[in-house]
Amino acid sequence: MELAVRHQTTYRYATPANQVSLLLRLHPGQLDCQQIRSWEVTVNGTPVTEFPLNAFGDGEGFYHRRGAFSEMEIVATGTVATQERHGIVSGFLQEAPLPIFLRQTQLTQPEAAIRALARSLTESEPIPRLHALSARVREAITYETGITTAATSAAEALALGRGVCQDHTHLFVSAARSLGIPARYVSGYLLADEAGHALRETHAWAEAWVDGLGWIGFDATNGLCVTELYVRLCSGLDAHDAAPVRGSVYGTTEIGIQADVMISLAAPSGSQQVQQQQ
Amino acid sequence: MSFFEMHDPAGSVRDCYAEVQRWIDDTGVAGLHRRLEEAEAIFRRIGITFAVYGEGGDPERLIPFDLLPRIFSRMEWQRLDQGIRQRAQALNAFLYDVYHRGEILRAGLIPQELVYQNEAFRPEMIGFDPPGRVYSHIVGIDIVRTGPDRFEVLEDNCRTPSGVSYMLENREIMTRMFPDLFSRGKVTPVDNYPAQLLRTLKEVAPPACSGDPVVVLLTPGSLNSAYYEHSYLADLMGIELVEPVDLFVEDGRVWKKTTAGPKAVDVIYRRIDDDYLDPLAFRPDSLLGVPGLFHAYRSGGVTLCSAPGAGIADDKAIYVYVPEMIRFYLGEEPILANIPTWQCGTKDGLAYVLEHLGELVAKEVHGSGGYGMLIGPKSTAAEIAAYADRIRANPSGFIAQPTLDLSTVPTLGEAGVVRRHADFRPYCLVGKRMRLVAGGLTRVALTEGSLVVNSSQGGGVKDTWVLRD
Repeated sequence: MELAVRHQTTYRYATPANQVSLLLRLHPGQLDCQQIRSWEVTVNGTPVTEFPLNAFGDGEGFYHRRGAFSEMEIVATGTVATQERHGIVSGFLQEAPLPIFLRQTQLTQPEAAIRALARSLTESEPIPRLHALSARVREAITYETGITTAATSAAEALALGRGVCQDHTHLFVSAARSLGIPARYVSGYLLADEAGHALRETHAWAEAWVDGLGWIGFDATNGLCVTELYVRLCSGLDAHDAAPVRGSVYGTTEIGIQADVMISLAAPSGSQQVQQQQ
Repeated sequence: MSFFEMHDPAGSVRDCYAEVQRWIDDTGVAGLHRRLEEAEAIFRRIGITFAVYGEGGDPERLIPFDLLPRIFSRMEWQRLDQGIRQRAQALNAFLYDVYHRGEILRAGLIPQELVYQNEAFRPEMIGFDPPGRVYSHIVGIDIVRTGPDRFEVLEDNCRTPSGVSYMLENREIMTRMFPDLFSRGKVTPVDNYPAQLLRTLKEVAPPACSGDPVVVLLTPGSLNSAYYEHSYLADLMGIELVEPVDLFVEDGRVWKKTTAGPKAVDVIYRRIDDDYLDPLAFRPDSLLGVPGLFHAYRSGGVTLCSAPGAGIADDKAIYVYVPEMIRFYLGEEPILANIPTWQCGTKDGLAYVLEHLGELVAKEVHGSGGYGMLIGPKSTAAEIAAYADRIRANPSGFIAQPTLDLSTVPTLGEAGVVRRHADFRPYCLVGKRMRLVAGGLTRVALTEGSLVVNSSQGGGVKDTWVLRD
């Protein structure tokens, strides 16, 4: 499947910023499940070309400018060919040692309720067990926007019982790690959610390590393994670690961030085009 | 009884102390006290008022200076020199290994979770080759002496060990006040340390550097307890002292803001913790740091000394394995011994420690500065019981070691020469080659019988001599 992506992030500043630095993980990796046909990242119209691989095997670009900016517009756009590989994510050029993905962070601290949830799984085979975990996470946190924030931890989201994909993913990786299963947080794009609605923002899911198979992508929000509808951008130990854009600004404060993602089937000749609606 | 470094077992003055003994006799106790007051007045005027090793406490406090030097003979130093270099080399080999293939972990010599799940291990560093494969450019090794022929390593400091300015200042003041003691050239000089440090830093210039490398010293600022040392070292090396706000990253390089426009920086001797280096790479909530600095480092635009993540080598849980590192990477036997250490995180270790706590020194794995430790033989039953509860609550957070019979060194007391326990920190420089100035910092416990040399707990400092013959 060929997916066309346009991902725009706009920062607006209260007064013009005199120095802006951006760390960009906006370059999808070349993997067995996805090949990059074309890709470009620009900041205020200037292309960012260098995306050396970081320790987790994800491309990482850096942008810095001094001057006076009232806004920064970051655009990542291109076409990615994807394959259905039953959730298996492989072909990384650089791999970090697995025990690193057993580390918990502030956002994934497995408090008693999380450990109890993890221990309640009865399945002994790894794949059914992870599917059961994914289902349990989805039951425990009902999808609802506006309840949690970027700073909400897995334990807090579980206590609230409501949240978004970030919260599902935090809870999944926290519980998996507490069971000794290496797991990581993934940021990327999803063509549509289960109900067929277009997502207008980046999506998050988890990858868990299964001996003999490698990394398997689990989207607890949708109760699925990743498919050809997913484009993987980058990974980390938690949402902060796997943020596609991190910024640092001097001389002003941010007054707003607006992110907009458009993802659609690219139009190879003769195939049906699905244009997502606004 | 503890080994008194000034005397041989028969109680006569050892050769290396003969001249100092004559000087003490000639000057007399009253004379020495007068000179000590002069020395203190000079220190106060210069304004050396920082805590050693970032121990906290009042940063404006003057660390007590003791007039009587601590002396190593040439033979003693030769062995120390070899042992220190060996250890610094093995620690750097370990750092390269754990950030690459992790052979020592694959060989099962160190449990891998102890490294990979350790906060001090920086995943961001995986797969990166720092210039010269050096991670820790200044290795400070804390050594105690437990007998005429026995030196043991207390801990390693691979990040940004401090205190070297005391080594330099103590020597300078001694030379200034007692030129006769140095006139025969028997004491090996230490004043070439800043030049050697600068040479070391220039040797690890990044690939992007062309020409003579520009080196700067990066300090958190004047509120830091070691700021005096930062400005002192920068001054002696003739390099600029900068704060994060003076630097920025552009086009893959680091630049210093100057009135004449930006100036490229090649090597940064940073005295800032990993967490505060770069808000984009490490702590996002930090207002300190230079955005993009880590990215510039990884892409070869600048060298950071020490490398981020070097702290995994001096972690107290890793310390136990340094002798294994020496055998594994160098194929040599350790020249300097480790102190036997029980890890409360292991079942056997915990059982032993709880049973023998009254005889042991127990410490927090992540503690420093002599705070939060228990010296069993000097504690009450209630203190020991309370500490045992703390260990039981979090066993892996504690280690314990036997109480060491630390050597004593001659120290100026009210009525004459007294014996006080001391430790020793040399500073090994690692660039394209290794350099070690013959000397270091001797810290001394000024209270009789005390084993704690930290300045926050009543410790002082003194000059350290290495004799030429």
